[in-house]
Amino acid sequence: MTTAAVTADGRPVKAKPATMAQALGRALRDSMAEDPTVHVLGEDVGTLGGVFRITDGLAKEFGDDRCTDTPLAEAGILGAAVGMAMYGLRPVVEMQFDAFAYPAFEQLMSHVAKMRNRTGGAMPLPITVRVPYGGGIGGVEHHSDSSEAYYMATPGLHVVTPATVDDAYGLLRESIASDDPVVFLEPKRLYWSKADWSPEAPAAVEPIGKAVVRRPGRSATLITYGPSLPVCMEAAEAALAEGWDLEVVDLRSLVPFDDETVAASVRRTGRAVVVHESPGFGGPGGEIAARITERCFHHLEAPVLRVAGFDIPYPPPMLERHHLPGVDRVLDAVARLQWEADS
Amino acid sequence: MTVQELPGAAAYRPTPPPAWKPITDPAPLLPDPEPYRVLGTDAVADVDPELLLRLHAELVRGRRYNAQATALTKQGRLAVYPSSTGQEACEIAAALVLEERDWLFPSYRDTLAAVARGLDPVEALTLLRGDRHTGYDPRERRIAPLCTPLATQLPHAVGLAHAARLKGDDVVALAMVGDGGTSEGDFHEALNFAAVWKAPVVFFVQNNGFAISVPLAKQTAAPSLAHKAVGYGMPGRLVDGNDAAAVHQVLSEAVARARRGEGPTLVEAVTYRMEAHTNADDATRYRVDSEVEAWKAHDPVRLLEHELTERGLLDDAGIEQAKEAAERMAAALRDRMNADPELAPMDLFTHVYAEQTSQLREQAAALRAELDAEQDHDEHGPEAGR
Repeated sequence: MTTAAVTADGRPVKAKPATMAQALGRALRDSMAEDPTVHVLGEDVGTLGGVFRITDGLAKEFGDDRCTDTPLAEAGILGAAVGMAMYGLRPVVEMQFDAFAYPAFEQLMSHVAKMRNRTGGAMPLPITVRVPYGGGIGGVEHHSDSSEAYYMATPGLHVVTPATVDDAYGLLRESIASDDPVVFLEPKRLYWSKADWSPEAPAAVEPIGKAVVRRPGRSATLITYGPSLPVCMEAAEAALAEGWDLEVVDLRSLVPFDDETVAASVRRTGRAVVVHESPGFGGPGGEIAARITERCFHHLEAPVLRVAGFDIPYPPPMLERHHLPGVDRVLDAVARLQWEADS
Repeated sequence: MTVQELPGAAAYRPTPPPAWKPITDPAPLLPDPEPYRVLGTDAVADVDPELLLRLHAELVRGRRYNAQATALTKQGRLAVYPSSTGQEACEIAAALVLEERDWLFPSYRDTLAAVARGLDPVEALTLLRGDRHTGYDPRERRIAPLCTPLATQLPHAVGLAHAARLKGDDVVALAMVGDGGTSEGDFHEALNFAAVWKAPVVFFVQNNGFAISVPLAKQTAAPSLAHKAVGYGMPGRLVDGNDAAAVHQVLSEAVARARRGEGPTLVEAVTYRMEAHTNADDATRYRVDSEVEAWKAHDPVRLLEHELTERGLLDDAGIEQAKEAAERMAAALRDRMNADPELAPMDLFTHVYAEQTSQLREQAAALRAELDAEQDHDEHGPEAGR
């Protein structure tokens, strides 16, 4: 997967197994080293290194003024970041968990998303809001929400979510460098997923706004992102036994949405299933299915189906496996794509 | 086996916990029991007469500005105008205490403060006219966009002041909010952050008695809004908001304190909203005329005029001169606001992101086609293009 194999000074680099958490931390570190206006702030991000240890070592390397433990108040953190950005800094805010980002909604919706527009382009806010999201880690309530639909529905925000170690580094670097605000959703159950990766020579990745075909196939397209990508990859492998060769598209960013890559894939395969953890009703899948139908109607052999979380508050940890879309549910949906019409 | 029987239990003797002491001594943070006054007191002797005359000219101009903006609303030239009539002393003082490099964070009722800072009144009123959201470049003017969601601009002021301090710049942020806004969570979070970070910020509360219709008694049970400062470890100052000299002095001291690196101050100015919340509001539903009349006797312009004429610093000719200057400002504003603003519908898509998404490009093209069809229709009649 990794292509770059030499350091800046030309030494060969050996990629070693690294976790997504390590790649994210390295992205923060490299952004801070490269650009003195990058400031990290949030709860426990300093001395502790964050509850997921993503910011580990940053306060030590760059000082408390660059990586700041704030008072425990999410609206205050994001509101202060707005002011810092107004003065020319490039704040990276850590929200501790998905559901703890809700107190910052007003700042996000009314100011972060709108400031460029409100000021006729005079004062864009280059803020990255990192939000660990999704379930599957055995968290008790308020620790496992999939909140992407709220962010997607707010014009002015970019909504980005990596599913691979390479993307974790590359997309976070690009988000921090972006002059637009980015809600950077980190799939927390993939924090400890590993891939060969080299911090000295991280692989270049496709830019924000570009979806990537993770697995080419001819029978049907699975469209997914973040925590559901590994589920879809596994489902695609299992589907071979049923005679289905599934294509898997990793969206990588929900906003901007890559209509082109998605539509091109569905036109090739003629069938599509959208997979995400977020509740189905009012979730990203509905929007994606509508967009596919609008663009690919005459290529479709079956209705676009959705495999999503149930329309329920996130369940207690001992029951979450019943809620999360798994391989079997994905395969069941694929089976319902009206294959009999082909024969 | 009980705890007392555990090995080593005999050696254990309970002692008091490590000594507790308050993080901050509250006594010097407490506001005065009465709003601080200068006009009509001995303190006025220490005020530069030039400053008093400047304040007077600005107050007269500010009063006229409020009247003109209200009239423009009645003529349909402004979508809405939340008047600061009666609060001009606060608006003017807030503007005058700042250096050019400092930042002002106004709420929607504070266009006058922005104008007194030198902002073109047409630019200040653009939001309320309704052709675009912000009529000026905030960074160029060092005036944040007029903020409508209550108190949400306060953490911005803290972040900006904090960033300036980290950079080593001598910049103070003055953030304006009303009595109702002090109930918002963002007020609390902003004050807490500012105090912890020792950010060079002045929080300026204009307690004008009402949050639309809700009186202060339904808003808070605090001894005063200024007292809230103590809970954050910053000084609270209580001042007569209709005494321009007093507001100017208290805000100046707070700005100087912030500049010295001693951190934020909360200033509560007790004033009164003489008009309804906006032109769309009916104040007779929630307050009695006698209360309004009582405040008229304590009007900021009259108070200052009385002081200046008593002391022989201002005569009828001087008052007339100030009024004439205000009339010229109002006439120019009226003329300029009577011109229809140029609308730019395609700009709706220009500043959502640095680069338009493919979805926005499609939508912009659709609107462009609608506009072209409209124009075609206007130029060639209903049969055009068929």
